[in-house]
Amino acid sequence: MSTVRVSTTINGDAVAYLCEVDETLLDVLRDRLGLTGSKEGCSTGDCGACSVMLDGRVVCSCLVLGAEAEGRDIRTVEGLAAGDKLHPLQEKFLEFAALQCGVCTPGFLVAAKALLDRNPDPSETEIRFALAGNLCRCTGYDKIVRAVQSAAAELRKG
Amino acid sequence: MRYEAPTTINAAVKLLAGKAGQARVLAGGTDLLVQMRTDRVAPDLIVDVKRIPAMRAIAAKSGGFRIGAAVSGAELGANKALRKAWPGVVEAANLIGSTQIQSRATLAGNLCNASPAADSVPALVAAGASAAVAGPRGKRTVPVESIAVGPGKTSLKKGEIVEAIILPKRAPRSGDAYLRFIPRTEMDIAVVGAGVNLTLDSKGVCTAARVALGAVAERVILVPEAAAALVGTKVDAAALKRLAAAASAACRPIDDKRGTKEFRIKVAGVLARRAAETALKRAGGSK
Amino acid sequence: MPLDSNIDPATHKFNLVGTRPLRPDGVDKVTGRAKFGADANAPGMLVGKILRSPHPHARIRSINTAKAAKLPGVKAIVTAADFKEGKRALRDVLCNVMARGKALYDGHAVAAVAATSASVARKALKLIQVDYEILPHVTDVDEAMKPGAPLLHDDMITAHVDPAPKKPSNVAARCEFGHGDPEVGFKQADVVIERSFRTEATHQGYIEPHACLASMGMDGQGELWVCTQGHYMVRNTCAALLGMDVSKLRVTASEIGGGFGGKTTVFIEPVALALSRKAGKPVKIVMSREEVFRASGPTSSSSMDVKIGVTKAGRITGALAEIRMQGGAFAGAPVELGAMSAFACYDLEHVKSVGWDVVTNRPKQAAYRAPGAPMVAFAVESVLDELARKIGMDPIELRLKNAAKEGTQSSYGPKYNRIGLRQCLEATRNHPHYTAPLGPNEGRGVAAGFWFNFGGQTCVSLNINIDGTVALAVGTPDIGGSRASMCMIAAEELGIPYDKVRAIVADTSSLGYNDISEGSRVTFSTGLATIQAARDAIGKLCARAAKTWGISPEAVVWENGHAKPSSPNAGDFAPLSLADIAKKAGNTGGPIAGHFEVNADGAGVSFAIHLADAAVDPETGRVQIKRYTVIQDAGKAVHPSYVEGQFQGGAVQGIGWALNEEYVYGKDGRLQNAGFLDYRIPVASDLPMIDTVIVEVPNPGHPYGVRGVGETSIVPPLAAIANAVSAAADVRLTELPMSPPRVLKAIDGKAAGKARR
Ligand SMILES: Cc1cc2nc3c(=O)[nH]c(=O)nc-3n(C[C@H](O)[C@H](O)[C@H](O)COP(=O)(O)OP(=O)(O)OC[C@H]3O[C@@H](n4cnc5c(N)ncnc54)[C@H](O)[C@@H]3O)c2cc1C
Ligand code: FES
Ligand code: FES
Repeated sequence: MSTVRVSTTINGDAVAYLCEVDETLLDVLRDRLGLTGSKEGCSTGDCGACSVMLDGRVVCSCLVLGAEAEGRDIRTVEGLAAGDKLHPLQEKFLEFAALQCGVCTPGFLVAAKALLDRNPDPSETEIRFALAGNLCRCTGYDKIVRAVQSAAAELRKG
Repeated sequence: MRYEAPTTINAAVKLLAGKAGQARVLAGGTDLLVQMRTDRVAPDLIVDVKRIPAMRAIAAKSGGFRIGAAVSGAELGANKALRKAWPGVVEAANLIGSTQIQSRATLAGNLCNASPAADSVPALVAAGASAAVAGPRGKRTVPVESIAVGPGKTSLKKGEIVEAIILPKRAPRSGDAYLRFIPRTEMDIAVVGAGVNLTLDSKGVCTAARVALGAVAERVILVPEAAAALVGTKVDAAALKRLAAAASAACRPIDDKRGTKEFRIKVAGVLARRAAETALKRAGGSK
Repeated sequence: MPLDSNIDPATHKFNLVGTRPLRPDGVDKVTGRAKFGADANAPGMLVGKILRSPHPHARIRSINTAKAAKLPGVKAIVTAADFKEGKRALRDVLCNVMARGKALYDGHAVAAVAATSASVARKALKLIQVDYEILPHVTDVDEAMKPGAPLLHDDMITAHVDPAPKKPSNVAARCEFGHGDPEVGFKQADVVIERSFRTEATHQGYIEPHACLASMGMDGQGELWVCTQGHYMVRNTCAALLGMDVSKLRVTASEIGGGFGGKTTVFIEPVALALSRKAGKPVKIVMSREEVFRASGPTSSSSMDVKIGVTKAGRITGALAEIRMQGGAFAGAPVELGAMSAFACYDLEHVKSVGWDVVTNRPKQAAYRAPGAPMVAFAVESVLDELARKIGMDPIELRLKNAAKEGTQSSYGPKYNRIGLRQCLEATRNHPHYTAPLGPNEGRGVAAGFWFNFGGQTCVSLNINIDGTVALAVGTPDIGGSRASMCMIAAEELGIPYDKVRAIVADTSSLGYNDISEGSRVTFSTGLATIQAARDAIGKLCARAAKTWGISPEAVVWENGHAKPSSPNAGDFAPLSLADIAKKAGNTGGPIAGHFEVNADGAGVSFAIHLADAAVDPETGRVQIKRYTVIQDAGKAVHPSYVEGQFQGGAVQGIGWALNEEYVYGKDGRLQNAGFLDYRIPVASDLPMIDTVIVEVPNPGHPYGVRGVGETSIVPPLAAIANAVSAAADVRLTELPMSPPRVLKAIDGKAAGKARR
């Protein structure tokens, strides 16, 4: 297996790494770069726990090769807060108790941010469909949807 | 295993044709990476086509559209002109997976993965779409239904790659629609899929129709008998009933974890009818 | 304050209990900092991977690891031979962890490797040669019970049958509960309905796969980092399987990404330890999602017959259930709990339930939220729904007429203390959902559910820090916000602000033994122990104040976070705050800490009623849940948000179980749908909001009246949805899941029946 040298940007910082061809971006983030905020629930694109932003679009990092990241812009849950200030989505997730075990939370936060970036005022149905690729087994989604609605309202206030 | 990301189609073809052993095109990777993870394929060479500019564009072409093979579902959905002309194709493509999958999955990947349950394929077949194929021996354009020959098998030769999907010019008073049956609302593979494309004359009589079904045979099938049930009618209840019966009759499904034979046969008719109703509405007809 | 006093939760004004503060582990979890099972690494760590049987039933003639061992980068290989065959009680656990002699299900572990990278480990697995002799298999519970069925264990003699059978079978045990004589009861009935039901196995579906990091030193001392519901259980079991002293193994519980009962046993942990011991390096094993489905513990599938008789006036005169559950390759299906809970909601004179625990060629089941109860409630509550229709009575009215209450002799033996079933039923009847209009092709279903709740061994330490803050050490992994509740409870008792208490889950060497976080026991028992540990600390705090003042400790009381003289004649001293006393602790006798150890009793049963509206597409059989309400007795809700979360989460797992989740086995005995694409847990777009009503009927067995809430919420949904779908489709559905092909078949069958008539 040949290794690939990759230079990319993660959460705004230039990063370089070596990886094997069959390693996914998720493997690289977690095992090579120590960014374990993105979670692996399935490694087959079904659960969304590994969601990251790739050039402004939300993707499952388990379905992206590490090699593909060359020259791209990657954002993970670790980059969501600004310094010591939580993003409104993070605050609302806490306030609404939108997490029980919290293993799905990083993926939901990234996917919800991607949604609100594109659609600042989504309906409940739009939220539910936009987040259908993120599985949560603990909450029944109710509090997650409410947290996203409330964060959207907060963000619209500016 | 080697990874290459060429920037021209010629370079991609050369890489694919030149390599002994298994070489694979990587578009969105939403099928390929899953297959690699689960040990179903172990390519010696991966050719990522997302850095080929010509394959990333949607171009208007002789009244129709030329969709680069590396265009994602999300990009398709954002193209207003395409959505207006071929709402059925776009809705089918946008049904594939989740928001995350949409950021990556391509029409060409859906087609070349050759799953009988691929969602965009019945819509493309109904639309009369073709695939622009580039290979070591030059280029050819073929109807999309000729690409898949069986589950996971295509008619593409070594070194061949789908450059683009071509959608024809739209006649006035035309409409298309795609519906699939899944037990959940998202994140399922179609148990049955039905694409319908039809054109009406000024009196509302159907002059042309194509009906295609997914997940009811070893590959997506075109069902001329179902289309024939519509042509010459105002797509009224009786015609729709004949359409449904013809669609059901064309099925040769299997029992599997996703559904039973009898279920697929019955629901194929129901979905074909419902898709035809939507296509009719989009063509400006009334029911 | 007398230290053992119980307050009256109904009238007591709490400061913190019942409020909704932010959880202490919250920021870590929304920023990606929280460390789950797979998030830990160690220098020089190896990757462990497990080879699994592709056959549902096969004799293992030999395992040849020579080729794999030669692959560069492979550092250790283990098979069953590397584990000690110790006590009989652990034999099944051991055989499940690593197949011995026979592989008993598709996915059964047969060997494992540790290598320098995942790709080397994967390659090594392919080089291990296992010579299998394939045997006939059985995966269905009813088939497995038949004489002549393929036999899994040739020494399995059905227990609790008199006289004992002479021949081995796949039936591990029989059980029976009840009182009176149902046959007498049926004679008194105006209407008797008897039906058979089936449910498929489902999986807990936690999003975090099993993961652990094991490190064994050459000195025989080990460390294990693991996502589990019970790290003390992991320690004790692993120590036994590896032949170690318990004291030599320290287990730390990681943050846990869901468990629901599925992380109450060991799978990969002993393997990682054995590999680490052999390789002399740390070994990490993380299950793939496919392994989770094939080889961890789903719940049982079931086959049941239920017969109930009622009078026209709605009195249940007799009830009988026969329940068969397969629990995979080893004994232990939760049929006993199922049989006990079957009729626990009702006050009955003649009741009997019989259960059969059956083995098949499937993975060994593990607990899943109220194990055994949901499927049995599905059967019983479906028959009750049908009876209500038959006699033209409102389904809530029928249940109210028969509801168990304080003093009722339960169908499984004990007499009930104070319980809240009636209150839940009344709250349901008064809820606007109950009378809201329904749309076309929609139906409404209602069902009741019961769960025992458990207490168990618990131990808590509470340390008063020098600055007046408090470090609380508990031994029950936090599976749903329990650290928040424990901080609230400690702060409530001590009379200090919530954010002055920090709770951690201590490792196995830092705190005494704690039972697993299961049985809805954490808020109840760890909460109880926290209250008592806080009261223990308060006693000591008062003694220190007494010492400072030079008065007798009995003359000091604790109020609002301060020690005060109990009356003017005790002396005239300014109150001392917890912080004041803490600051001086070094001079008044040293550190101050409270402890409590208990085997808690009196958990207090709980009841729930669920209301579901379902729409059925008559042409495709597709079901959509339109509206859903959970009404449940929580005794006292410590943190209402997390109580609601438990209600909602359980309801939605139940919705999945009812509609689309199932283990699909092929004729070859292999699992067909070992992934989230085809094992269909509900996604956000499948669901409406889940309304909740928290009923609070205090549990007399707890100082605050707390009852467990985690499990009851999965008991009623299967039946509530089945009743809704049956109403919408106008045909009774008796098999789960109610997947579209099954519902459509039932609808078409009904139409065909009508056409013939
Ligand atoms: C969670 C999840 C959900 C999904 N849901 C759906 C669904 O609802 N409906 C559905 O139809 N599918 C679904 N899929 C499957 C998959 O997303 C689609 O088939 C998708 O369209 C594949 O496109 P891709 O660009 O990702 O293909 P890739 O994975 O990149 O490629 C697929 C195959 O086609 C070949 N290929 C790709 N592009 C070309 C080309 N230009 N020329 C020649 N060969 C090529 C590749 O070598 C590979 O063999 C799902 C997948 C996942 C992981
Ligand atoms: S881990 Fe990537 S989607 Fe599940
Ligand atoms: S909070 Fe546990 S999976 Fe979502």
